Amino acid sequence: MGRKLLLEHINVPGINTFDVYRSKGGYASVEKALKTMSPEAIVEEVKKSGLRGRGGAGFPTGMKWSFLAKPEGVARYLVCNGDESEPGTFKDRYLMTYIPHLLIEGMIVSSFALGASTSYIYLRGEMMPQVRILERAIAEAKAKGFLGKNILGTGYDLELYVQPGGGAYICGEETALLESLEGKRGNPRIKPPFPAIAGLYGCPTVVNNVESIAAVVPIINEGGDEYAKIGIGRSTGTKLISAGGNLKKPGVYEIELGVPVEEFIYSDEYCGGIANGKRLKAVVAGGSSVPILPANLILKTINNEARLMSYESLSDGGFVSGTMLGSGGFIAYDEDACIVRNTWNFARFYHHESCGQCSPCREGTGWMEKVLHRLEYGHGKMSDMDLLVDVSKKIEGNTICPLGDAAAWPVASAIRHFRDEFEWHVTNASEATSRNYGIAHYADPLKVVETA
Amino acid sequence: MKVTIDGITVDVEPGTSILNAARQIGGDIVPPAMCYYSKLAGSGGKCRTCLVKVTKGSEKDPRPMPKLVASCRTGVMDGMEVQNITSPEVVEARKGVVEMLLINHPLDCPVCDQAGECHLQDLGFEHGAAKTRYEFDRRTFEKIDIGDKIQLHMTRCILCYRCVFTADQITNTRLHGILNRGDHSEISTYISKAVDNDFSGNVIDVCPVGALTDKTFRFKNRVWFTKPVEAHRDCDKCCGKVTLWYKGEDVIRVTGRKDVYGEVEEFICNTCRFDKKKTADWVIEGPRKVSHQSVISANHYEFTPLPVVKTNPVLQAANKDQFERETRL
Repeated sequence: MGRKLLLEHINVPGINTFDVYRSKGGYASVEKALKTMSPEAIVEEVKKSGLRGRGGAGFPTGMKWSFLAKPEGVARYLVCNGDESEPGTFKDRYLMTYIPHLLIEGMIVSSFALGASTSYIYLRGEMMPQVRILERAIAEAKAKGFLGKNILGTGYDLELYVQPGGGAYICGEETALLESLEGKRGNPRIKPPFPAIAGLYGCPTVVNNVESIAAVVPIINEGGDEYAKIGIGRSTGTKLISAGGNLKKPGVYEIELGVPVEEFIYSDEYCGGIANGKRLKAVVAGGSSVPILPANLILKTINNEARLMSYESLSDGGFVSGTMLGSGGFIAYDEDACIVRNTWNFARFYHHESCGQCSPCREGTGWMEKVLHRLEYGHGKMSDMDLLVDVSKKIEGNTICPLGDAAAWPVASAIRHFRDEFEWHVTNASEATSRNYGIAHYADPLKVVETA
Repeated sequence: MKVTIDGITVDVEPGTSILNAARQIGGDIVPPAMCYYSKLAGSGGKCRTCLVKVTKGSEKDPRPMPKLVASCRTGVMDGMEVQNITSPEVVEARKGVVEMLLINHPLDCPVCDQAGECHLQDLGFEHGAAKTRYEFDRRTFEKIDIGDKIQLHMTRCILCYRCVFTADQITNTRLHGILNRGDHSEISTYISKAVDNDFSGNVIDVCPVGALTDKTFRFKNRVWFTKPVEAHRDCDKCCGKVTLWYKGEDVIRVTGRKDVYGEVEEFICNTCRFDKKKTADWVIEGPRKVSHQSVISANHYEFTPLPVVKTNPVLQAANKDQFERETRL
């Protein structure tokens, strides 16, 4: 049984109210941080903890905080990125719905550490229930003196606002989020300058994922060193994984980083195996934008070692045979899933969500979607696979923001690992519209390459 | 600050972008730019045609930059080394960008007013492939009139945002912007309102393609049949320095004076642009110098007879006849 840091009390009735949350030891980190620690000490603890950004890129949070420019007389902002809209990821919504005070507690401590006296929680437009939940929780915390002027008599002031967006995926990119928060069209800004220098309203700003901010609470309570003991290697602490797809028990799980993927899928503690007694065909390990892997490569790395749920182990093998932990949107496909249709679906999503600012992404996502649509409906050509790989290469790395990369990777990886299935869609076009390709060799044990 | 672009070193002011440093060197190593416009604050970074490779970040931090960067929005550092046409990676990426720009472009150059002075045409000619690999319907839009003098044909637009910045920076209220997202986004005025401003005509000049055209010139002539002449007048609104485009005796179009990168030197007002179309309104300065590579210069060779013609009066007369016949067309 792994340790739970964020979701320890998730099953306590009424944990979404201030009183119950407080009776379970909530807001202890605020008292500890504001009364006994300096902001620098908190940043130091977070650095020591090795916490890595939970939004997808995995950039060390403590490092990000220490990059924040601190000019005199200029306001600093902390913005919480709750624009969770990656297909397959739903951990932040879960956390905010059931245990909103954890996020608010984290926001208070993080704002104090960064010297921000106004902080924002930016939520996706579709999350209106969560907006109400968070606003009620903020009102409760304010009434008890944990927010507002002179928090707990320490002289620290903090105002916390919840701002819903318009429901655009692109607003999860930090600079687009800031534009949207300022009331403009959510187009990503051209970097540099980075938000740590000139972010919200031109002031130094830190943008962190909901889970990263919530993870600050156990770090302050237990100390950075204790937190760093959990996990494996440079992947420290616990991570929320939103498991979805054809699993027996889909849902949000808190895992200690370093759990083997096989255990995560098949053990009863977590997902409990594939639903309806089917076999696993493929896995998208970290939300729709990371490369898709066939069953044999997700369970074992190319060197035939067990793959673990950690930043390093999942990316073992790079783009050739690895993937990424991303935001933790774990999607499992059983033998009945069609990878071509799934890839088309992802491409359709990115086509719809591209902001249209820079040309490779604007035009390329639409192009890929149309080619994949043609393949799925049996009008494809053998040359389409090479065309898709070429288009994805022309998008990747040439765009303003990472959405271009996110659109290119799933397509490129699907063709890399599932080329047989794509080709079957061309050669057996009429059959492809009535039945799926099946599991084929995608779950076969990997051939061990003999080394001389 | 010293910066080396394709092996040529130049001294520039701190804060200069790589593109502007390249323009100070000039020649083939200047990256093409479809969206950057030096007179418009905040423009650039969108079209990605000006991508370059930074092989050495600076003297202090010599690490190369991991990705190709947009040269119009990346400042130079002391000792920076940049590769543009010497890097196959850049040439390949630029080819890709040009292909992307062209997949939704109608390629209706034969009926487009911009043909001959279109940046996308030049870019496609220099970097594009002869055939497209795109086999689907291109997006189309209805033509919209922005006021009585400007027509917007979104089908041709490459979404460079230049006109948005122009409209934003010449007026206080925002009337002109982008609607929708991705490849269905379109330039539009707020619910088809007219951009009603004395300087609104400049959106025609900044447009790199034929998406925004002058309705007083639409379908009147091809640019390479017209003769550009520099002229000025006393204008109380603008500088009054323009280029007149003559067809025979008539001024059929008035535009701002564009430099080698297709950027106007100064913005002109709508009165100069649309209403003053008589030679009498202007003080003529002389013919405009057009690069001999441009299609606009195609019909403007000066009459220099061959040596053999010079000595023969009969040939001379015949030659003159022929020349007059041809220039009448």
